[in-house]
Amino acid sequence: MRANLQLWSKIKPAFWDRRDSDLELLNYRRLWRTTFWLAVAVTLTPLMFLALINLYQFQQQYQMQHGEITSHLQRLMAISRVQISDFLDERRAALTYVSLANTFQELAEHRHLARVFSRLRQSFGGFVDLGLIDAAGIQRTYVGPYNLQGRDYRDQDWYKEVQIRGIYVSDVFLGHRNFPHFVIAVRHERAGEEPYVIRTTIDTGRLNELLRATDLQPSGDIFLVNQQGVLQTPSRLYGGVLAGFSLLSGPPAEWHGIREVADNQDRRLLLGLARIQGTPLTLVVVKQPQALLHKWDLLRINVIVMVGLSVVAILVVIWWVSSTLVNRIYDADLRRASMLHEAEYTNKLASIGRLAAGVAHEINNPVAIINEKVGLMRDLLGVSQDFAHKEKFLQQAAVIQDSVRRVSEITHRLLGFARHLPLRNEEIYLEALIREVLGFLGKEAEYRNIDINLMIPKEIAPIQADKGQLQQVLLNIINNALAALESGGEINISVAEQPGDKVAISIADNGEGIPKDHLQRIFEPFFSTKGEKGTGLGLSITYGIVRKMGGRIEVESEPGEGTTFTVILPRRQPTSNQPAPAAV
Amino acid sequence: MRVLLIDDEKELVSTLSERLDLRGIANDWATSGEQGLELLAAKNFDWVVVDLKMPGLGGVGTIQAIKRRQPQARVMLLTGHSAAEDLKQALEMGADRYLVKPVDIDDLLALMQQGRD
Repeated sequence: MRANLQLWSKIKPAFWDRRDSDLELLNYRRLWRTTFWLAVAVTLTPLMFLALINLYQFQQQYQMQHGEITSHLQRLMAISRVQISDFLDERRAALTYVSLANTFQELAEHRHLARVFSRLRQSFGGFVDLGLIDAAGIQRTYVGPYNLQGRDYRDQDWYKEVQIRGIYVSDVFLGHRNFPHFVIAVRHERAGEEPYVIRTTIDTGRLNELLRATDLQPSGDIFLVNQQGVLQTPSRLYGGVLAGFSLLSGPPAEWHGIREVADNQDRRLLLGLARIQGTPLTLVVVKQPQALLHKWDLLRINVIVMVGLSVVAILVVIWWVSSTLVNRIYDADLRRASMLHEAEYTNKLASIGRLAAGVAHEINNPVAIINEKVGLMRDLLGVSQDFAHKEKFLQQAAVIQDSVRRVSEITHRLLGFARHLPLRNEEIYLEALIREVLGFLGKEAEYRNIDINLMIPKEIAPIQADKGQLQQVLLNIINNALAALESGGEINISVAEQPGDKVAISIADNGEGIPKDHLQRIFEPFFSTKGEKGTGLGLSITYGIVRKMGGRIEVESEPGEGTTFTVILPRRQPTSNQPAPAAV
Repeated sequence: MRVLLIDDEKELVSTLSERLDLRGIANDWATSGEQGLELLAAKNFDWVVVDLKMPGLGGVGTIQAIKRRQPQARVMLLTGHSAAEDLKQALEMGADRYLVKPVDIDDLLALMQQGRD
């Protein structure tokens, strides 16, 4: 969740968090969302549609391939099953022939049986031994590598089975020589003769060869299992003879044919089973279809990857385009609104200015009268003879004249601020101008015990600028500096020459400073950290005025250490109005 | 040197006149442009001190009339404030000097002396 938020804070459009209620000409977030999602829908819908069609086609191809593999497997299984049956039938038929072609007495003779055994080995192969068991279940004659002569089989299960069914084929087992083989026994019964059984052991090597010849490489396997699911021939994938075959949960006899199963590694396999009739054996065919279907999978993955990459690229581009677009609209609206507000503010200032000028003018006239009256009083006192308290009267008159001068200074200052528009060029001595501005703010600084230091070299030449406007600029910046300071703070105001016939006025305070994320925005209209007290217009108007004067403002701030505003002005204004008349 | 003072504030203009009297400067005073022009028709003046803002003819109108009738008379403009536009117009109309109210009589006399040289 936090990672999501971090990602969002990195990629969100620049306007996202700016909620200037005065500027809600449009809901920019909604505009952005609409633009974004509309573009996403228009571009991604056909792409997704195409991708789905493509995947559907692949699915069809896949299933076709799957069907082909299954039928191939079925054919293979049928052929192998016939081969195995034939192999077993051949051996069984050979034994039946031996029983038919020879009498019990002939076979009971060891030399005769050895000859028959030798012929069988020569003509069929795979025979390991041959024995003759009489009706009592006793092995009468035996030819082979083991010593089984005279063995009593009467109570053994296979003997009982051959008595009932006439034939018996055993599971595979490891004999004394650790060699896998199995047993075939055939019962002979003819009228007038005593029944007997011919039993032989067959080497599974030939059977293995038969199965190995079936081409199921590399991902397939073919082998035989018994009724208990134990391997009867070696398997490439599932171990040697007599190992358990794990894929079968129940006896193999319960089902027949091909089905899909999952192995212990969750790979999907095709498993085919076929009973070999008359034996305990079941033929097992295993195939990993994935191996054959691999190239289809590759194609499908290619499509998915390509679509995925396209979607990502499209989303990035749409994101960028919508953000840029809405940002530009936002910026344009902001500029327009700020210009409107600036004009409004300027008008308001002009009205206040006119009002102040009127009041100042009205006050100025009675003040001028007081001035003349007091002047006359002093003149008359000057020419009068001494009388009681004459000196005292003269002193009082001087104090009244001094007060009149102070009142007139105030009215002139008010009149000076009233003149704002249009931008006019006057010769301005910066030190005098700054002192004049401090005349307005000095009291506040004094009350709050804030030191204001001026560092203005005497050799700084006057500049051409609009006095009222420049006063406004300095007033705003110094006011902000005062607001940023605690009691006992310090403001340093300095003026320095700059290359290119410019001057730089720096106002540095050692107040709270401006956080980095605010620094970018302090000149934006309506951006204020003073809450209810600030309009958020002061610095924006200041910025506008300085730009109009052909200058610029630089800000450096370190939170906790202070802020320095530097106003850099050209010595001469870009649009040169006629200079005001100088006092003659 | 003879001075004519024109200002719609009677208290101001009469007091100023009295102060000039005390300094031995011959002077007359009027409380409107029209009245001033009447006086001007009767006598010659070296300096005419005119307030910029007056009802009736007004400062600028008065200066124009003075310059028409007595071109040799010098005009000192009194203004509540040095509003550049008004001053410029007045100076263009022929005012020779200007002073910002309230007037320091020593400044007034000094400017007049300068103008005479």
